[in-house]
Amino acid sequence: MRESTIMKIHYGTALAAVALVAVHILMRLTMGYAESLEYENVLANYKFVPYAIMLELILVLLAVHGFNGLRVILLELKQGRLYEKAVSYGCLVAMIGLIAYGSRTIIMTNMGMA
Amino acid sequence: MSKDEHREGIGGMINPRRYGIERVAYLLMRLSGLGLLAYFIGHIYETSNILRGQVGWNEFMEMISTTEGHIIMSIVIAMCVFHTVNGVRVMLGHGGVGVGKPTRPDYPYDPASQNYRHKIGIYSAMVLAAVAMMYGLAVMFGE
Amino acid sequence: MAQVSSISNEQSPTAKSIILKISRYNPEHDESSQFMEFNVKYEKWTTVLEAILDVKKHYDHSVAVRYSCRQATCGSCGMIINGKPRLACFTKISELDSNVVTVEPMNNFPVIRDLAVKFEKLFDTHQKIKPYLIRDDTELISDEKEFLQTPEEVEQYIQFANCIKCGLCNSACPTMATDSSFVGPQALAQAYRYVADSRDKGKDSRLKIIDDSHGIWRCHFAGSCSQVCPKGVDPAMGIQLLRGYMLGFRS
Repeated sequence: MRESTIMKIHYGTALAAVALVAVHILMRLTMGYAESLEYENVLANYKFVPYAIMLELILVLLAVHGFNGLRVILLELKQGRLYEKAVSYGCLVAMIGLIAYGSRTIIMTNMGMA
Repeated sequence: MSKDEHREGIGGMINPRRYGIERVAYLLMRLSGLGLLAYFIGHIYETSNILRGQVGWNEFMEMISTTEGHIIMSIVIAMCVFHTVNGVRVMLGHGGVGVGKPTRPDYPYDPASQNYRHKIGIYSAMVLAAVAMMYGLAVMFGE
Repeated sequence: MAQVSSISNEQSPTAKSIILKISRYNPEHDESSQFMEFNVKYEKWTTVLEAILDVKKHYDHSVAVRYSCRQATCGSCGMIINGKPRLACFTKISELDSNVVTVEPMNNFPVIRDLAVKFEKLFDTHQKIKPYLIRDDTELISDEKEFLQTPEEVEQYIQFANCIKCGLCNSACPTMATDSSFVGPQALAQAYRYVADSRDKGKDSRLKIIDDSHGIWRCHFAGSCSQVCPKGVDPAMGIQLLRGYMLGFRS
């Protein structure tokens, strides 16, 4: 993938994440911070499909943005063909791993397996 | 990195003292980005405790609901706000917005790209981050 | 290696003195650089280059320094003066407001000896972005018209044509501090200089060259390059305007 495409994705995921994370945080604050973290309320959030979809979107957006940011920092720290490949693929694998792990929580909780 | 290249290295990259507030913003952007990624990974692990049922969730919440936990959380809030506001500024700058127009430069050559608009953006990001942090502390310790 | 020496030559009564610390390093036989200190007299108008040349003339001729025009035109005497990249011929000692003036070779450039650094990498990256007008026709063939430009069209790039390739921007850049493959602010600003030129038709090929994992996207708009530019080129502006083309903000 061209670097310009990757960076456009980087900017796009940032903007989209800002909007969705704002909603996510507002949901914590509208019902009271401590109360919103109670088991029943958290479970209800996960079981509400639109909210679960939003959480999944935030997960993907932030994972893509965060691990690409890490890739950029690591690429600038050291150079070399092998190192750069390892960084790029390493970040991709970590990103997929984190999305898979987070999705597992969202899907299983949504399906009532918690 | 070979010694022959005479690169400044990480010490030079993170040194914020020589080139004004823009370089401070550059450093804070990096640090907050790395901090937020670390928090995000931790948050994904944290929320996965819901799968352990009510007892497991409450146990974990109790573990992180400490003074230290609240302070870390307030730092995360500050990093999040700074990274967002400064990120929007940088993104606009990257698109060529607010960086000035090319012109014939006159001595003493004040660079138009380092203008007050961007400086205000940086200071706003810092102030908003501090305000959000205070608010976060008030919410967490107020309860 | 460090030693203090005083240059006792006739100076006017208004002359003051400073300690000039010069970084000495020969990669062929030195493990690391060391500072030599010299007590140098200066006037209000004395430049750092003149002070270094004073040291060469009166005390240690072996101090290696590159210079030519002495008027900020050739771009030869870039060095780190009191921690910041500056042209030695363009920096007055009196402006530095310090009793100690430290001079070191520019960062992010291989050292030849003492204050002289290699410019090969800078010239290579400069060449890489095709620093010339690209178009199929030419004004050199008879019967062709010259390429006219309006003053507004000239304004678009003339600032960036002031680059003297001194390398101060590359020395100040935080990405250049660790990334040996980065194109650098000098070359990127020059890419903009030609892309913004209404006579040039090579925009696409240049944007392709800099759209690389160590190209334009490794600039994070820290702006240090613009702050140290001695000719008012403002590379940070050029780079962001150039990136504007790639992000669709400009056409």
